[in-house]
Amino acid sequence: MRSVEKLSAAIRDIPVGDVRLMEVCGTHTMSIAKSGIKSMLPENVKLLSGPGCPVCVTPPQVIDAILELSMRPDVIITSYGDMLRVPGSKRGDSLLRRRALGARVEMVYSPLDAIKTAEENPDKEIVFLGVGFETTAPGTAAAVLTANEKGVENFSILSMLKIVEPALNALIKMEGFNIDGFICPGHVAVILGERGFEYLPQEHLLPGAIAGFEPEDILLAIYKLLKRIEQKRPGIDNCYLRAVSCEGNTLAQQMVKRCFEPRRDIWRGLGAIEESGLGLREEYSGFDAEKRFDIRFSEVETPTACRCGDVICGRIEPKLCPMYGRLCTPEDPVGPCMVSSEGACAAAMKYAGI
Amino acid sequence: MDEIITLDYGSGGKKTSRLIEKMIVPALDNPALAALGDGAVIDGAGKLAFSTDSFVVAPIFFPGGDIGKLSVCGTVNDLLMCGAEPRYLSCSFIIEEGLPVSALERIVESIRRECEKCAVQIVTGDTKVVEKGRGDKIYINTAGIGFVKHPGLDPKNIRDGDAVIVSGTLGDHGTAVMLSRSGMMQGELKSDCAALKTLCGSIHAASDKVRVLRDPTRGGLATTLNEFVENRELGILVQEGLIPVKPQVQAACDMLGLDPLYCANEGKLICIVDKDDAEKVLAAMRECREGRDAAIIGTVTARYPGRLVMETAYGGKRVLQKLTGAQLPRIC
Repeated sequence: MRSVEKLSAAIRDIPVGDVRLMEVCGTHTMSIAKSGIKSMLPENVKLLSGPGCPVCVTPPQVIDAILELSMRPDVIITSYGDMLRVPGSKRGDSLLRRRALGARVEMVYSPLDAIKTAEENPDKEIVFLGVGFETTAPGTAAAVLTANEKGVENFSILSMLKIVEPALNALIKMEGFNIDGFICPGHVAVILGERGFEYLPQEHLLPGAIAGFEPEDILLAIYKLLKRIEQKRPGIDNCYLRAVSCEGNTLAQQMVKRCFEPRRDIWRGLGAIEESGLGLREEYSGFDAEKRFDIRFSEVETPTACRCGDVICGRIEPKLCPMYGRLCTPEDPVGPCMVSSEGACAAAMKYAGI
Repeated sequence: MDEIITLDYGSGGKKTSRLIEKMIVPALDNPALAALGDGAVIDGAGKLAFSTDSFVVAPIFFPGGDIGKLSVCGTVNDLLMCGAEPRYLSCSFIIEEGLPVSALERIVESIRRECEKCAVQIVTGDTKVVEKGRGDKIYINTAGIGFVKHPGLDPKNIRDGDAVIVSGTLGDHGTAVMLSRSGMMQGELKSDCAALKTLCGSIHAASDKVRVLRDPTRGGLATTLNEFVENRELGILVQEGLIPVKPQVQAACDMLGLDPLYCANEGKLICIVDKDDAEKVLAAMRECREGRDAAIIGTVTARYPGRLVMETAYGGKRVLQKLTGAQLPRIC
């Protein structure tokens, strides 16, 4: 408890004006909300949630394609829990709803569980929803390599894996961008290392602090960022030394490179970004669900009044979205910012007046 | 889009409430039902409490109990929450063909044992068997009648300043069941399934200013506390550091991506009582086996109308909402 108090006090003592810091990790959003850190920060420090929730940045047309796939009687969809409630472009439609209508949808903790399901159901096609950033990419690669080794042919992955750097670059270059520093995602950093974030100070003169997930870790990262901002000295601070090294997990990086290559990908709210997604290499295209089921996604997002994209990028506050709290609520979410219980919009609704 | 029933509607959260409040209660419309207590208080020769519950837990045998024990404790506890002395239960089985008779024998023996402990009798019942695939081993419904001894227990009676007490550690049952379902090791984790007769007796003996008793089953502590204050001028403030959670339960929940405050409890109750009697009631609860880990966790307050707020161990504040549907584990 004492270190949290000390850090809060130290943060208050730094003479900076209004500062906007962005975290780009769903688990950071959760951790910040769970520990109530925001109420410990001074008025001038604002924390924003950026495009760090891979579920939140999946465009609705991708979800629509998954929902359609789930209704095939020969298909079993395997997925992390977070994806099950995300709506597509039609309100209320989600994998959970499709399951109630007869689709086979199984929640898994690891893509390797999905391989087991494939082995146990040889007459079915098992599709694993590969969602996530660099944190889950190595696990997904491991699943592809394992399936390949074992000759499990009724297994494929739908890769929605994304790379953080191109998205942050796109965000930073956008008109009206006004973030003063980034709290960098700790688990992504475990894979990529400190190196993985050097583009922030080197290309954009912005400070970054790699943070773990305990409140002390996050407060330390905020402290470090404010010091750099005060001193006008951009750089990367590794505040998660117990897990993050300079080079990162090179074995994991190699596994990902072996199976995947960067490709153009669509991010909700940011549109198409070059080299920002991970697609299976030709060598492993036999495990690509997009090819196996001939799935195509349209590039234009289905127009709705939903402004999730702007909220994710920190361009507007949740309450400025016309649907917020009216047509879009946590029980009946339109966009993913409301689906996640600590997404920017869901959190704003909960914490109003606290 | 047509509305269909999904699993979320059975999870005890907002969707369940909506189904009940918008469809079922208006259709069936009577004051006893509309009060939506754990049981109904109705007129007979004296005031009776009447409650029913169906049990669909999987697996049917889990560490700390089984579906039979649960079916007695669940309904007995609901009657106790109405301030009643439980007396008579009905019991219906819907059995999926293929269930070994030995399994049914074990379940019936559990039921017998639990009835004996609670001094209740199963006085009527029914048995049905359905084809393979049309059930999940066995479903049980119990309905119970009790005589009201401590009338007036109602969340409407809570007042600004009242103490919020829990009878023990939270999340044990939900976590134990999830772990045994997933096939992961559970170590010492067991369901807390238990009837709370002695505990309730001690509470009433210690104070006549108890506002409400409720057992936080599906949806957990957080959902139940929300139910007390939603749409009201009062709210509840609890202290995270005071809420008893076993370290093994916390660790298991961290691994599974769940929150113990939203996990089901089957042998715990929440007691809201006048602050002047709080220490007395706490001491009385701690004298009982089922209340040995009882703790005062917070207060009713006008500061946060309609909401449940938790002061975290780090001094920040966190709003705890009712679950929308079933808890989905967070992964990365």
